[in-house]
Amino acid sequence: MNEDLIVAVASGKGGTGKTTVAVNMAAALSRAQFSVRLVDCDVEEPNAHIFLKTVMTSRESAVVPVPVVDEEKCDGCGKCGDVCRFSAIIALGTKAITFPALCHGCGGCVMACPKKAITESSREIGAIEKGVSQGIEFIQGYLKIGEAMSPPLIRAVKKQAVGDGVTIIDAPPGTSCPVIQAIRGSDYVILVTEPTPFGLHDLDLAVETVRQIGIPFGVVVNRAGIGDARTHDYCAVQDIPIIGEIRDDRRIAEAYSRGELVIDALPQLGKEFLGIFGRAASGARKREDDPQ
Amino acid sequence: MKIAITASGKDMNANVDPRFGRAAGFVIYDTELKTSEYVANTQNVNAVQGAGIQSARLISGTGAKVLITGHCGPKAFTALNAAGIKIFTGANGSVREAVMKFATGNLAEAGGADVKGHWA
Repeated sequence: MNEDLIVAVASGKGGTGKTTVAVNMAAALSRAQFSVRLVDCDVEEPNAHIFLKTVMTSRESAVVPVPVVDEEKCDGCGKCGDVCRFSAIIALGTKAITFPALCHGCGGCVMACPKKAITESSREIGAIEKGVSQGIEFIQGYLKIGEAMSPPLIRAVKKQAVGDGVTIIDAPPGTSCPVIQAIRGSDYVILVTEPTPFGLHDLDLAVETVRQIGIPFGVVVNRAGIGDARTHDYCAVQDIPIIGEIRDDRRIAEAYSRGELVIDALPQLGKEFLGIFGRAASGARKREDDPQ
Repeated sequence: MKIAITASGKDMNANVDPRFGRAAGFVIYDTELKTSEYVANTQNVNAVQGAGIQSARLISGTGAKVLITGHCGPKAFTALNAAGIKIFTGANGSVREAVMKFATGNLAEAGGADVKGHWA
């Protein structure tokens, strides 16, 4: 089994059990003597640390570059605003004005300005925290409250996740930019769903997203036994492997509500999480295909 | 002078659209020629962010110096100010009625945004 592997855990719908799968898989692997790193990219509400009882050992602030306009040099030509697809800078009168909260920090306006009137300063959007627990190297992003833009923070968090071993990424829910930023570069994506009409609807959106990015993926059906058979039918028709099923069990919900690992409350499920990882690893993209 | 009025339809009989950034479109009324034209706001209705800023850019491009609308958020206010466009909020009814109220001094010029932004 290839140990150097990045597996992202994602879902369309929120609350399907991404974090449950990510933390229990990480803990089960660690106990099986794997070298594991867990990266919590759900930066709007990072909660994996609760289940792993992580003690943070470092915290550094995460910043994005934002444009500053030198009004002496700016002639209001508007070229900066023409390249900015986020409306973070625009010249409507004589001088360019900026909206730092909308800026993604790409630096396009700096390059576009013919008068060299734009420089960059930085704006704090959150923090990157690191720690260790149960032998698992832990990294998480923490988006500042009120901040609307998580992709630059997710990018910064992932940059910290380097080295050998297994990397498990806990992605945010949904199918928009933060999710794409979180799963990009992974070797395999585990899509966690619940077998309900809502779960299936959002699974379909997630499948469409992951297919476009071109990463191999499989489905874990959480709370199996509730809802109906449509999720299984969908996966069969779409030729998507179901790489794990976690039965609906009140004891799992109770453990979750106490901030405990499922594999501590129900140790017999440890091999289920190892099995999910094993199937993900064998379905993963082969790195040697990469043009390095 | 040209006046931009946020509108849910294409002419003077259309209702005022209370939103600025995501208004369906703008009726541009020329007070000297007494003529109106329509500018659709299709691109900004579904913008992910910055709809108010881009709508300010759109009406700035028409040469309008006055905006009549229902509400205006903080970023749109800043952008409209930079473009030298005066803002009159609180309009309702038809575009024609709103222009009449403006012309007779029955609409107040906004001193700031009257609604919160959608982002921090």
